[in-house]
Amino acid sequence: MSLSPLARRLLAGVTVLVLLFMYAPLAVVVVNSFNQDASMTWPPSGFTTEWWQRAFYSQGARDAVWTSVQVALASTAVALLLGTLAAFALQRFDFFGKHSVNLLVILPIALPGVVTGIALNNAFRGVLGVQLSVLTVVVAHATFCIVTVFNNVVARLRRIGGSLEEASSDLGAGPWTTFRLVTLPQLRSALLAGGLLAFALSFDEIIVTTFTAGAGTTTLPIWILNNLFRPNQAPVVAVVAVVLIVLSVVPIWIAQRLSGDTDAVR
Amino acid sequence: MAAPDPTAVAAPRRAATARVSSFLATHGWARLVLFLTAPLAWLVLVYVVALALLLVAALWSVDSFTGEVDRSLTLDNFRELVTEPLYRTVTLRTLGVAGLVTVIDVAVALPIAFYMGKVATPRVRRALVVAVLTPLWASYLVKAFAWRSLLSDAGLVDWAAGLVGMDGPGYGLTAVVLAQAYIWLPYVILPIYAGVERVPDSLLEASGDLGAPAWTTLRMIVMPLLLPSILAGTIFSFSLTLGDYITVNIVGGANQMLGNLVFVNVGAANNLPLAATIALIPIVIMLGYLAAVRRTGALDNL
Repeated sequence: MSLSPLARRLLAGVTVLVLLFMYAPLAVVVVNSFNQDASMTWPPSGFTTEWWQRAFYSQGARDAVWTSVQVALASTAVALLLGTLAAFALQRFDFFGKHSVNLLVILPIALPGVVTGIALNNAFRGVLGVQLSVLTVVVAHATFCIVTVFNNVVARLRRIGGSLEEASSDLGAGPWTTFRLVTLPQLRSALLAGGLLAFALSFDEIIVTTFTAGAGTTTLPIWILNNLFRPNQAPVVAVVAVVLIVLSVVPIWIAQRLSGDTDAVR
Repeated sequence: MAAPDPTAVAAPRRAATARVSSFLATHGWARLVLFLTAPLAWLVLVYVVALALLLVAALWSVDSFTGEVDRSLTLDNFRELVTEPLYRTVTLRTLGVAGLVTVIDVAVALPIAFYMGKVATPRVRRALVVAVLTPLWASYLVKAFAWRSLLSDAGLVDWAAGLVGMDGPGYGLTAVVLAQAYIWLPYVILPIYAGVERVPDSLLEASGDLGAPAWTTLRMIVMPLLLPSILAGTIFSFSLTLGDYITVNIVGGANQMLGNLVFVNVGAANNLPLAATIALIPIVIMLGYLAAVRRTGALDNL
């Protein structure tokens, strides 16, 4: 299809505008973290690094980061295991009920977070009588993280096909040897990408978390939410936000290095 | 000297593993069971059972004196949902916001995804993918918070609007739509971009060679091929908006959406059964939507 130069330029213009729209709010947060005025009025009245210092020494923020890292690591581990198993089952086999299982894997992200949240809250608190804790958060997060690993692994399995595995077993390797020496090396970057995405999803999740975290469990998003409406804490939240924006570049960079295709970062 | 017997190579203690191994190699169903058991058990026990229990809890009630959950089954919650106009208003408002957010996101995502996938040079394309992804990884709350400060009383939007003699939208439904459309935009761009990338160039060239103007090619070739990806994107934006209550709290002013009603009833109002009943509304809406788009292959494009 040959687009006229005008159409191309128009599309490029729209793209630039959209990117501006995507980055302007983030830029404002960065500016606000240095804004002398705690109520973040515009234009900024002056420059200060006070909020950065206060954020640096904020024990609450540090504890929350640590809790979030633990939760995200645990849910990612569970999701990696279950997502990979499910991907093999659905990509390599045909069986009755396959579509239902596929839907079941997708459902936890396709249904609104508030649904997942209250369903688990009711099951834990109302029916099982389990105290909400870090563990209940991990169970909840792992459930909707499975699909990100699943998607990455399924895409990779589809691409690599089964011929190398067949060759391996024709040459006498058992299933485990074939998996370890043939399949796993080809899956490695897909697993890393899926794991990264699962980690990010869990690290950032707030809606399901508010329903499944006990009073003593403060993940970073919960800490941010708790402090958002405290007048003197808002600029400190802005600092934490900026740190998060900057840090978010790291996984994307890793995923991009990992493989030339954009598959890995989805 | 005879060649070593190949069976003698496997030491006795490895015999059991070898047997399992060869059993698995020859029995496909055994491998399937091995793969499927753990994920299926988790998803059914944690998720399906929880959803089923939610349906049961929707039939419970709360004793208004003690605040204890009464587990005798009643349709009172459903009756309240149908007769109380509040729930109809909030449902329609939520649907309206989710629909509007979805339309805006698709309209914005289509041109940029098309530019990324079919016009930009490979180098620019990779840069654009990173540029679109960074806000996706930046925290949800950071973005909601950004809009709160943008739209605050003396914030940037008010200030900019003041330059041309207007008022900013402040906190309210407009702010909710704006913030949500902003927050979920990358989730819509990415599946559509993946879809654009999969549209074969040869089809576009063939269409052009046969004399179709660019617009006709877009309408007759690109759009039908993109439909599953677009619908996949709408599942995200629609579902995520449908269940959100935090952005609504942050920039929504006094407006409530279904998620807020669920949250308030679980927490402050201590009426888990009513919350469960309300939560059935987005479930029914989403299941209906998923069923409707299922045949297009949208679910494989998530």
